[in-house]
Order: sequence, then structure tokens, then C-alpha cells
Amino acid sequence: MKNYLMVDFGSTYTKLTAVDLEKEDIIATASHYTTVSTDITEGYHKALLKLYDQLGKKITFDKIIACSSAAGGLKMCAIGLVEELTVEAARRVCLGAGGKVDLVFSNKLTSLEVAQIIEKNIDIVLLAGGTDGGNSEVVLYNAEMLGIYGVDVPIIYAGNKACQDEIRLIFEKYRLKGYFCDNVMPKLNVLNIDSANEVIRKIFLENIIEAKGIKKIESEIDQVILPTPNAVLKAAQLLSEGYLDEAGLGDLMLIDIGGATTDVYSVGWGYPSKTDVVLKGLQEPFAKRTVEGDLGMRYSAEGVLQSMSNREIYQYKKEGIDIEYEAQKRRENVEFIATNDRDIEVDAIFAKKCVSVAVSRHVGHLEMVYTPQGTIYFQTGKNLVDVGHLIGTGGIIIKSPKASEILLSACYDRNNPLELRPASPVMMIDYDYILSAMGLLSLYEPLVALRIMKKRIKVIEEGAMKTNAIA
Amino acid sequence: MKTIVIGVIGADVHAVGNRIIEYTLTREGFNVVNIGVLSSQEDFINAAIETNASMILVSSLYGHGELDCRGMREKCIEAGIGNILLYVGGNIVVGKQDFKEVEKRFKDMGFNRVYPPGTPIEAVIPDIKKDLGML
Repeated sequence: MKNYLMVDFGSTYTKLTAVDLEKEDIIATASHYTTVSTDITEGYHKALLKLYDQLGKKITFDKIIACSSAAGGLKMCAIGLVEELTVEAARRVCLGAGGKVDLVFSNKLTSLEVAQIIEKNIDIVLLAGGTDGGNSEVVLYNAEMLGIYGVDVPIIYAGNKACQDEIRLIFEKYRLKGYFCDNVMPKLNVLNIDSANEVIRKIFLENIIEAKGIKKIESEIDQVILPTPNAVLKAAQLLSEGYLDEAGLGDLMLIDIGGATTDVYSVGWGYPSKTDVVLKGLQEPFAKRTVEGDLGMRYSAEGVLQSMSNREIYQYKKEGIDIEYEAQKRRENVEFIATNDRDIEVDAIFAKKCVSVAVSRHVGHLEMVYTPQGTIYFQTGKNLVDVGHLIGTGGIIIKSPKASEILLSACYDRNNPLELRPASPVMMIDYDYILSAMGLLSLYEPLVALRIMKKRIKVIEEGAMKTNAIA
Repeated sequence: MKTIVIGVIGADVHAVGNRIIEYTLTREGFNVVNIGVLSSQEDFINAAIETNASMILVSSLYGHGELDCRGMREKCIEAGIGNILLYVGGNIVVGKQDFKEVEKRFKDMGFNRVYPPGTPIEAVIPDIKKDLGML
């Protein structure tokens, strides 16, 4: 028998997933409150006891690996030059690496902006700007600003290659914690993620987990390897692409609704599927993650309310649901668990809105242009209309009896025909909440991780909605 | 190496000339950033900022160039690249108009050089080199 244990130190829960490699299956899962503010090992031990209870005996693990989003996650600041170009490229790199992008700045930094980097306790600064051989003035200015104000966290230089040496001198002059990687936008509209990703991961391993009090756990487990969202993105990519002979599911979308945020992941290039559509703007990552900090079931319930129109709020009121009160109730009592039918119904309303708005921000959009040659469309972002599978995860989706309804809010909406949402995907649910664990496992045993996901992530409703989307 | 941003402005999909310009300028030793057809003023300007371009060369073949180019110099000024060289060429106005007047109109809009229909890119190269101080 060969057993691996995967641990996910979340902001609220520490989740354990035990896997038997030979059986290629999960043998037990357990969770307990994360105790990072006192001693992270405490919550881990309690979860481990629950796991042994389930197994009916104590077992040993050949490998114990972990991912973490505890202690505020990986807080990042993305800096670039033009908003639609290097700023957006830097932002996408941060999100793909599993970061929480708390600050985004364009052009020359002001002293107020640098002060925010310090105040908000940012973990890593990603400094971009200029294509290779392009603008260097602004990025040099910004490096000086970070130096003058003594920003004492790792700074990754991911800008114009031509001034890398000058940047190095600035980093040395001010004794900044400088790191270097390839330009995130080496040529106009070309996105280059991998090199920056690698450096972010290295810093996460070397500095961040130590600084957040998570490192302590490494006396008992092998290693904390990834920020959790990055583990989920790896799982999604593996599930989509497959491994060697084992086929994947093809293009897919994944939605994770949490208490504070809603994350959307998509795997696939998302190119236009029709000839009258012209692709515009910055290249999209093949495996893409977006996270909405204003959409969540509890901490961000009032953000969900804000994205509702007055008409929607009025409609719910007519049906006897005071959405404003319900939002406040959830915000003020984040531990609240819906138990009766009515609360489950209201939770589903919030979840549907989270999904609908988060997906709208994730997918590409069409814009009609009238030309002498006839009507054509601009596509910015990914065309996800033909995505074959839509997977839901996160407590509310896994537990709600209305899961299919919630996921359906991600799909094509005839009121917004220009949004390139999935048209008729097969809907699946990650009932055992294993995605982050499988992302971790995929680093060592990709085939096993893939087979477990294919076994455990189950279809709820096939081809739920047949519509003819525009793209 | 000097960088030149090229593209076709507005709702114009004429791609052939655009590729010829890219090919010829690249052969002449310029770093050409081609933003392609259907490009807005903002697309040109953003590209010029990030790539530190010395010049923007706007093509228009469908007759709406005058509408599409209006205000472009002002936007460059606003974006901090007010001194960038702006060239425009193609069928830039509707119908057969006196080119002297057309040229004046575009120069008043802030374009440094304006070329009439049928000008081959080879004929423009000496001007580019002169304006960029390469001659």
C-alpha cells in the first residue's frame, strides 16, 4: 500500500484528502478550522484525528504535501505601464500564480500608491512595463519609487528586458529584495506567463509561507508547495488536457464559490469560431483564472447585492424575500449555515448571482462593428461558448439541492447574447472537494490524479440548455 | 532600431496593403509593430507607448479616414506621447477631392505627413528616414 496525504490550509478550514495510489482512489477526507493565528499544527492534528477515525485506524503516509491560502492568501500588487497592456498582463500572471491581486497600478507610481503597498501588507510586487526594447522610462522610475520608499517585500522585475541591468542597479542601490524573470509582455499583445509564474512559486516557497507562520507545519509534513488557487488551476488543466494515454475532458470551465470570493477557471484557447469575428486585445492564458473579491456567499454577500438591479431586488421583495436584509444577515454572521428550505432558496439566489456576474467578467465579449463590408464582430477575451464541461465546487454548490440551477447561471443568457458563455456544457460537481488536492497530487502522480478526478467528479445534468449562441 | 507602429484604422478590414507595409518597413531595418486591421486610435497609441515607438503610420482605404483620425493628435498629447510622428495614407477621404485640401485638413489635425491614394510605401521611406534623423 502506498498512501499520500494532501492538505489544503484554507482561510477558514484545513482540509485533508488521503489517497491510495494503488487503488487510484480517495480513502478518506476530513477537515477542521484553520489555526494559523495561534499554531497551524493544532488544526491539522485535529483534522488528522478525524481522518484516522474515518479509516478506523492510524495509517502512515509516504508523502504529505500541502497547499495554502491561509493568513490572507498570497497578496500581490501588479504594476505595469498601459492599463490594457502590461498592467493587464501583470494582473493575469498574478491570478494564474494563485495570487490575490489587492493592488493594480499603471504608469508612474505616486507616493500614495507606494504607501498603499506598504499599508496593505502586500507579499509580492510584480513590476512590469514596456515591451522588450520598448518603454523603459516608466519602469525605471517605478523601481526608484519602490526603492525610495523602502518597499521591503520581494519585488519581481517582469518588464522590458532592455533595462534589466539598470533595474538590477536600482535594486542593489536600495537593497531591495529583487528577483528577475522574462517580460510578461515581450511583444505587443503577447502574454508570457511561465517564467514569472516560476519565480512567484519560488518566492512563495522561500519567503511567504515562513512569513505567514505556515512554515512551522513543515516539521510534520513534507512541504507546502503551492498557493491553493494555483493547485486548483493545475488540476483543471490536467483534467482538461489528459495525460499520456489517459484522455482528458477537453475544454472546460470551473467555478468555485466561497464565502469571500468567487473564482472562475477556464482551460482552452477560446479562439473565435466564426469567420466574421475578429480577435482583439491582449492574448489570453490557455489556463485562465479570475477571482472576484466582491462576490461571495458570506463576507462578500453585500457585494452580490450591489450587483443586483433595483428591479431584481423589487421582484424578490414581491416574492417575500428581503434581499437587502438577507445580504446583511449573511455578512454579519459569516458562520451562518442554511438549514431550512427558505434559507437554502435564498443562498441559491446569492450563488446564482455570484456565478452569473463572475462568469460575465471571465468570458470574452463580442462587440458589433458596422463596416462597408457588412457587420462584423470584435471578440475581446475567450470564446467559451463551445466549452464541453462546466464543473462546480465550493460548499454552496456541493451541498445545495439547487446545484444545477446555480451552475446554469454560468451559461448562455439570451439577454446578454454578446457574452461568450458556455452554451450547453455537461455539468459536473466536485462532490468530495478534491480539486486542490488533485492539483497537488498531479505534481507527483499526474495519471493517478487524473483518474481520481474522472472517477470522483460526477455529472449532474447533461446538456442542460440547448441554445444557439452567437459566436 | 527605430520602432514604427502600423495598422488600419476604424472599421476597415483591408489587410493586403497592411502586410506589404509591414514587409517593406521590416526589410528596411525598422522594428515594425503591426496592430493589424480594425484598429482604434487607442490601439495605436497604447502600442506606441509600450513599445516606445518613434512613429505611428495609419492606413485607411475605405473612405472614412477623416472621421477615424479626428482627435488622434490630441489623444497622443493626453497620453504623454504628444511629439510622436503621425503619418497617414490611403483613400483617406470620400470621393475625388483636391488632394492639396485633403492634405491641409489632415495636417491641421496634427498629422506630420499625408499621402494620396496609390502611394507605394517605398516612396514614403525617404521621408521616414529623414524625419527620424537617419539620413
